[in-house]
Amino acid sequence: MTPARRETLLWIMQRASAAVLALCVLVHLVTVVYAVRGGLSAAEILGRTRGSAAWLAFYSLFVLAVSVHAPIGLRAVALEWLGWRGASRDWVMVAIGSALALAGLRAVFAVFL
Amino acid sequence: MLCSRRSGRSRAKALPPEPAVIASTETQATTTTLQVDIWRGGATGCLRRYQVPRRDNQTVLDVVTYVQRHLDPTLAYRFACRVGMCGSCAMTVNGVARWTCRTHVSKVMRGARLEIAPLRNLPVIRDLACDMREFFEKWTQARGRFAPTRTRREDFALIPPESRERRAVDAAIECIGCGVCYASCDVVAWNPDYLGPAALNRAWTLANDVRDAGRIERLRAVAGDAGCHACHTHLSCTERCPKKLSPTAGIAGLKRAVALAALKGEL
Amino acid sequence: MSEWRARSHPAWWAFLVHRVSGIALALFLPFHFWALGRALAGEAALEGFLHWADTPLVKIAEWGLVLLLAAHLAGGARVLALEFLSWRDWQKSLAACAAALALAAGLAFALAL
Repeated sequence: MTPARRETLLWIMQRASAAVLALCVLVHLVTVVYAVRGGLSAAEILGRTRGSAAWLAFYSLFVLAVSVHAPIGLRAVALEWLGWRGASRDWVMVAIGSALALAGLRAVFAVFL
Repeated sequence: MLCSRRSGRSRAKALPPEPAVIASTETQATTTTLQVDIWRGGATGCLRRYQVPRRDNQTVLDVVTYVQRHLDPTLAYRFACRVGMCGSCAMTVNGVARWTCRTHVSKVMRGARLEIAPLRNLPVIRDLACDMREFFEKWTQARGRFAPTRTRREDFALIPPESRERRAVDAAIECIGCGVCYASCDVVAWNPDYLGPAALNRAWTLANDVRDAGRIERLRAVAGDAGCHACHTHLSCTERCPKKLSPTAGIAGLKRAVALAALKGEL
Repeated sequence: MSEWRARSHPAWWAFLVHRVSGIALALFLPFHFWALGRALAGEAALEGFLHWADTPLVKIAEWGLVLLLAAHLAGGARVLALEFLSWRDWQKSLAACAAALALAAGLAFALAL
């Protein structure tokens, strides 16, 4: 893949995941502010989340979008602020994205199933 | 680039003071002096302090010229038109890239002090003159060159001035290559391969030139590793451009054009 | 550094907040996923974590995170607006809008605690 195609596709994926995350984050912030009123307990959280297919789908989407968005953002920071170039930078970003997806889906599984 | 200042006196042989008759016809001459720190040297060097007579309506270019003519003839600097048309006199004044001929001292001085250095992000040849070659090489890398489709045997191309493309070109075409945007861009500082605002701005004007034949090669050229996607909308270029252009707007346009081309499989 | 005088305009600060908040969130996220994953060990494990988190310092940190999230969202919305909408002269207002939104979200969270 040429650098032009690669950079362009990464840009598209970054903006697309950003659009998805904008909605997810709004919902998440509203939900958190609402749920946190008067304190927080595990029973309360799990009471809301366990068995809910809709929330399961929502948070899975959230995790996947973040797993795309965060590494692409960090990739630019790595180049500009750490001087990191080349294939190793890209591979580390793939690794970070995969790790986030795995850890995130594990958490989703923990809380929704 | 800044190192400890060596205070004080210039070491040039003193040139004769200005004739008294000139002073008397200058109705606004004042007797205060300005402390001016000017970068001397190349990549390494120092700020050297000069005392320059303060005058009303004085521009920074006037100050630099005074230093070179009366205090230190070894000072190297560039200027040409001195009326804000050519962009040759661009320098860093108190940390900000400006055209010195259009910068009144009264607007930028801090107390009675000025600091003048060459443009950032470009190699320094000597003192206030920097090497513009990489700046213009990036215009070539961004395919800032028109590729014709018609010959003299065909009719003129008719471009309606109110068309969307022509208006996009008009908004960006007045660039004279002064380098202020390039010197103001932090992405250039962080990623020396970055094509930079001016080269991308010029590529944008050509991308909107409906007569041009090189569209796809140009989009490929600007989408590369250090191309339009590296712009993070700091807007420093737009903030500093003396012609009030907005390279960020053109770069945003390039991002959209490139994305569309990639999705269509043209890239 | 005299370079900072060249950077003191609203869009530059909006960028810096956007980038720093993004890095902070990327660093926080693995911890967030791990904490939620405690529920895999049962409700008591999650409750144990929430109990640990029930200190003023952690509450302030949580408020900070909400602020970072809101700031990053607002900054991202600014970038999307600049890159996709027709260019207009209100870019500085966008940066200000972004800041206001972020603060509003932070306040809402603080009030809910």
